[in-house]
Amino acid sequence: MTVDEKAGVSPNRKQSISDLMQKYKIGEFFQKYTMILALVIVTIVFATWKGKEGMILLPSNLTGLIAENAYVFVLATGMLMCILTGGNIDLSVGSVVCFTAAVGCVMMASGINMWLAVLAMLLIGLAIGVFQGFWIAKLRVPAFIATLAGMYAFRGFSNVVLNGYRVDITNQTYLQLFGNGKTSYVPDVMRSVFPALEGVFTKENAFLTRLIGENFVTKFNVTCMCVGLIAALVFILFRVRKILIQKKLGISQSVSGQILSMVLISALVLWLSFKLSCYHGIPMVLIWVALVLGIYAYITTKTAIGRHLYAVGGNEKATALSGVKTRNVYWFAYANIGLLAGLAGILTAGRAKGIDPVYGEGYEMDAIASCFIGGASAYGGTGKVSGMIIGATLMGVINKGMIIVGVDANYQKVVKGIVLLIAVMFDVLSKRQKR
Amino acid sequence: MAKILLEMKNITKTFPGVKALDNVNLQVEEGEIHALVGENGAGKSTLMNVLSGIYPYGTYEGDIIYNGQVCKFSNIKDSEKLGIVIIHQELALVPEMTIGENMYLGNECGHKYAIDWNKTYSEADKYLKMVGLQESSKIQVKTIGTGKQQLVEIAKALAKKAKLLILDEPTSSLNEEDSRALLDLMLSFKKQGMTMIIITHKLNEVSYVADKITVIRDGSTIETIDNHGTEPVSEERIIKGMVGREIVNRFPKRENVKIGDVRMEISNWTVHHPLYPERKVVDNVSMYVRQGEVVGIYGLMGAGRTELAMSIFGQSYGVNFSGELKLDGKHIKMRKSESDAIRHKIAYVTEDRKGNGLVLSQSIKVNTSLANLGAISNKTVIDGDKEYAVAEEYREKLKIKTPSVEQLVGNLSGGNQQKVLLAKWMFAEPDILLLDEPTRGIDVGAKYEIYCIINDLAAAGKCVVLISSELPEVLGMSDRIYIMNEARIVGEMKASEATQENIMATILRSGRGA
Repeated sequence: MTVDEKAGVSPNRKQSISDLMQKYKIGEFFQKYTMILALVIVTIVFATWKGKEGMILLPSNLTGLIAENAYVFVLATGMLMCILTGGNIDLSVGSVVCFTAAVGCVMMASGINMWLAVLAMLLIGLAIGVFQGFWIAKLRVPAFIATLAGMYAFRGFSNVVLNGYRVDITNQTYLQLFGNGKTSYVPDVMRSVFPALEGVFTKENAFLTRLIGENFVTKFNVTCMCVGLIAALVFILFRVRKILIQKKLGISQSVSGQILSMVLISALVLWLSFKLSCYHGIPMVLIWVALVLGIYAYITTKTAIGRHLYAVGGNEKATALSGVKTRNVYWFAYANIGLLAGLAGILTAGRAKGIDPVYGEGYEMDAIASCFIGGASAYGGTGKVSGMIIGATLMGVINKGMIIVGVDANYQKVVKGIVLLIAVMFDVLSKRQKR
Repeated sequence: MAKILLEMKNITKTFPGVKALDNVNLQVEEGEIHALVGENGAGKSTLMNVLSGIYPYGTYEGDIIYNGQVCKFSNIKDSEKLGIVIIHQELALVPEMTIGENMYLGNECGHKYAIDWNKTYSEADKYLKMVGLQESSKIQVKTIGTGKQQLVEIAKALAKKAKLLILDEPTSSLNEEDSRALLDLMLSFKKQGMTMIIITHKLNEVSYVADKITVIRDGSTIETIDNHGTEPVSEERIIKGMVGREIVNRFPKRENVKIGDVRMEISNWTVHHPLYPERKVVDNVSMYVRQGEVVGIYGLMGAGRTELAMSIFGQSYGVNFSGELKLDGKHIKMRKSESDAIRHKIAYVTEDRKGNGLVLSQSIKVNTSLANLGAISNKTVIDGDKEYAVAEEYREKLKIKTPSVEQLVGNLSGGNQQKVLLAKWMFAEPDILLLDEPTRGIDVGAKYEIYCIINDLAAAGKCVVLISSELPEVLGMSDRIYIMNEARIVGEMKASEATQENIMATILRSGRGA
């Protein structure tokens, strides 16, 4: 009884300040958009760096950003599920990435069908996830320890499979689908379907030359731009539909805020697709990443199992008493991250055109950091795929930016560490204010 | 007259919205055992927390005069320095550590950076002898039973050079034999000049050890009874002081009372403690609930009410179950599964809404739908609009005060949280609702609204089991009352026959019989 009341109303003195904050939603705004602001600021800092102006925004660098961080997005998605269940992490993903890739590469090198190898990599990842999930969910070994064991074991297995040597991939289809060489882009279908376009995108066309830039206009990837346009349109349509439904149901949400974010996000999509169009178009890896992010954003927000992930992390006992089999929720999370580690293995091997026994080291930490920077709570129960995307992007931009402006490689890690610490500090502080 | 060691004068302590203590006065003479009695929530523990500095000086009004001096404690350390030591109801020992380590935890012997273990253990052994324990202080606390652990707590207090020892329900987790030994130990300390305050529900213990008895009710001192007469003060006399209050319309009237057939029946229901499997937490209980009936279960804390309800709800508490559960006359095979219970249309609304009931980091909407996600989803895909509509419906029905159902449950007041918890279980559409302390820690207005909801549920033909440790609530709301004590049902009464006095008497009689 007494504890309940102590935690109740805050003293009157604080009321006026918090009233003001509430009125203008200042606290809420900062809490919600801290990392977006940080991302914008960091990007501006690198983009205006003396002597390197605008370099980070060059089409080639933006494309590189996506290709280099594909594995982070994929692994962080899986990691987010684990973290949601109560701050549990999976330390084994780096090793699992290497192991699945190793098995796949060896299979392909021995002449097995490429699709079979890809399927095997996904299934092995899933099997490892299910196995570790069994230890965590059913035998109740702490996740940290079970996956630490996996981290050692699968690193060792990778070495065994590879015999300690690098194995290369020569299968061109594989490299085209999962790599990031010159061929690993979605071909410009529009130009081949409408040959007339070749006549339009020339340096003689003054309007387009000014719009796109002299260097890019002849190679401009029309397909990519069209996909961007369609994506933005679909997004706007869905958002408008949502606002209309909310109106009908009488849900009082700030419409102006939703429209603002809609405009900003579609502008971002258009800008990014424009930049990509100026280079080689849509990287294949972007399709895989977008697919994963889309599917898991849907699972976390729209499905019962997604709801259970949040509920278990928020209050496991209450969730169990609501008739949810909480142990299966853990199992689901770890099976998933295994599957996604398999996919990350496919992408990693594709990018490196082969696999080395040391690949994947430290990947788990990149994934974990992305989730926490993206606002996932270290105690579980809160965190979104969208936040994780921003966290991973922020890390990627900082990495790329530091390379461009020439920060000493040793200091790059220091900066990453500081960013992580500050991000989590914001999370903790903003929660303390609420109580 | 002996010297007065402690005087608490006009103590008033308010929590936001509630006056927990209202002008409480307490005088304790040197060398006496003073008992504090009162119902749950009467303010006994709050008073002791004020005395020991858990609620520091300045957060309450009034004076504490100890040994002739006005005290302004800012934390427990301050009060312990003067020899005021409190032993809490919940044992505060670290099971993995040795007895000696536990006794000097936070009060280590020797230097801060170089603990003198020889001194620790030799001193600890000395105090253990004083409380009559033969064990070495070098063994782990988890290896000894609860009775002995309680004695270790007392030895720990002695090691702090206690002059005034406060025991908060020291015998609540002990059996009859251990309890008697503890009380005798108290009497022997008294002979050596120790002053003690004991808080307890067991009135037979009060008349056995106490020199004076102070009754607290609703945050005020009612009377102090001297126990030095030729005959010990009768329990009836104490009960009268404890419960003698006026009740004016605190409960809404039941309308449309239509009681039907028996819906749920349990017989010979026995459940064991999950950590101490040899201990029965529910002992051979048989009871039934009829359609449209509100059945009250009254018992003091620790009587086994929550354990009973949770074991019925998919065996979510305890081990080694035995007994039979019948729904609508049909035998139900027991399984350890909450979702099974929900499928059989049983709902358990927990007493601990923050710990076991709600996901505080999620919205009202999410919490409302959690126990019945299937109803608002299509093949595991949640229909967000439907979910919103449902949450909105219950918000209106239960008058949950919130700007929006998207509000986080953690930001709501206790009463509104309780309503969200009820909404969650009403949405699960149960036939049988086990309500465990549904009005704990919420204000009178919200209580009244919850009572109305309970009456509506009963009128709609649901079976309601109302578990409460507030006697007036049980009397005011129920059609029939079971009385529970020490894991057993010790009485059953129709509401029309029950009074506060005869319920209390039933409990006391059963306690003595054991």
